[in-house]
Amino acid sequence: MNPIKLALTYLRIGVLNEMQYRINFFIQLLQSFISVATGLIGLSLVFGQVKKLAGWSRPELLAVMGVHLLMGGVIRSIIQPNMERLMDDVRNGTLDFVLTKPADAQILVSVHEFRFWQLVDVIVGIVVISIAFIQLNGTLGILQFFGFLSALIMGGIMLYSVWLMVTSISFWVIRVQEISNLFEGLYAAGRWPVGIYPSWLRTGLTFLVPVAFAVTIPAEALTNRLTGTSLLIALGMTLLFVVLSRGLWRLGLSNYSGASS
Amino acid sequence: MRRYIDFYLATMRISILEQIQYSVANYFYMIGMITEPVIYLVVWTTIARQQGGTTGGYTVGAFAAYYIIWTLVRNMNIVFTPFGWEWRIREGQLSMMLMRPIHPIHSDVAFFAGWKFVVILLWLPLAAILSWIFKPTFDIRWMEVIVFSLAIWGAYLIRTMLLSLLGMITFWTTRVSAIFELYFGLELILSGRLVPMTLMPVWIQDLSNYLPFKWTFFFPIEALVGNLTDVQLWSGFGMQLLWIATGIFLLNIIWNFAIKQYSAVGG
Repeated sequence: MNPIKLALTYLRIGVLNEMQYRINFFIQLLQSFISVATGLIGLSLVFGQVKKLAGWSRPELLAVMGVHLLMGGVIRSIIQPNMERLMDDVRNGTLDFVLTKPADAQILVSVHEFRFWQLVDVIVGIVVISIAFIQLNGTLGILQFFGFLSALIMGGIMLYSVWLMVTSISFWVIRVQEISNLFEGLYAAGRWPVGIYPSWLRTGLTFLVPVAFAVTIPAEALTNRLTGTSLLIALGMTLLFVVLSRGLWRLGLSNYSGASS
Repeated sequence: MRRYIDFYLATMRISILEQIQYSVANYFYMIGMITEPVIYLVVWTTIARQQGGTTGGYTVGAFAAYYIIWTLVRNMNIVFTPFGWEWRIREGQLSMMLMRPIHPIHSDVAFFAGWKFVVILLWLPLAAILSWIFKPTFDIRWMEVIVFSLAIWGAYLIRTMLLSLLGMITFWTTRVSAIFELYFGLELILSGRLVPMTLMPVWIQDLSNYLPFKWTFFFPIEALVGNLTDVQLWSGFGMQLLWIATGIFLLNIIWNFAIKQYSAVGG
């Protein structure tokens, strides 16, 4: 079975499901506005004190906030719901139903759920990025745009891989919900460019939870800071994360015994 | 009265034993929560350094002290969430609790209070590590320690009342996530959770004086790391008691209306 076709089918089912609850769109919109408002208040407090924070100006940090919001929307609409379902499936033994299907299990568990309305955050993120871009008086060259887009896609893939690795721990440990809380906490660090953090934390945010690649590097592309080298490193890291997560997933799966039901 | 004390002691003991078993999971949870203050701390110490060492009267070391104590206060502030109330009501779990000859809120207060002892124990090494990394400066008097150790429990009770009140909304409607988010947004700004209140614009500080939020974050932290006088310390604790009493009063009134709405969905 063609994996892309499979993913699209699940996507359609997800959208149809969510379309039944249209009022959730407005609720989600309100929630996005609240998080933008608190973010803006945070920025205004910071820039009430200084003109630049570690070399980043106010509109530049607005761009970081936009990317953070956009990626957060991607995580909450596609990555997190699937991974949380996987945790439950492993614990309850209902993963059996996935494994007996004639398609790659990793693809199946990764596309099962889709929270359509969470994509509102993606749109709000794009709006915030656009406003930041206008404030910066920037011109978006074609090269710069593709740099941004590819950094964004690679960041998304890396975040997915890390989530999958963390979730795979549930094959060995029962209570992993707290680990996903930990991940959410660390993702919040991406609201600011990773350059401001002390080196030990920056290393963690780059290689353990690739917030640096997912948020800071796309934002760097928008603010003319991105170098070809960091894009290449991002590519290498993406490949590494994909291979590692696939490996850990398979190792975990061989450990799965289908806890009765 | 006697049976309440027995009930509290028994529930707290159960919760301590239960949570000690899950100490690794508890640790992951606590570490996840620590990233939030570390982010604020890094941002504000960066600003303080750029401005020559102080911002709004806080030195780099004072910011470190504020946000390290913040982590304990935040942990004390974890109570049964309004999302939990929604689940209880939607799934009909509340029916079982209503059968007992004691108000359901007591088991929440007692269970989480027991959990706090485990949390405080687990927090100590974390605080040591954070102090080693961020080098806080403390200037602590005995009276501050006494009021602080009372104020963290005051904060716990105020927040229990506030979030339970918020949870009561779910007796009428289950579409509450946006209301909760709005509440948490306001709390973030008005409590001292985001930054020490003294760094906020004056009108926000004025507004916060009339609201309960700052007594759950800013006051307990300031009690220990700030330079409050004895009178300020004890009158702050008095304000906490006042808000706890207000919370209990409101909760009793609203509960009476709310429980009439309950119709045991499912269960």
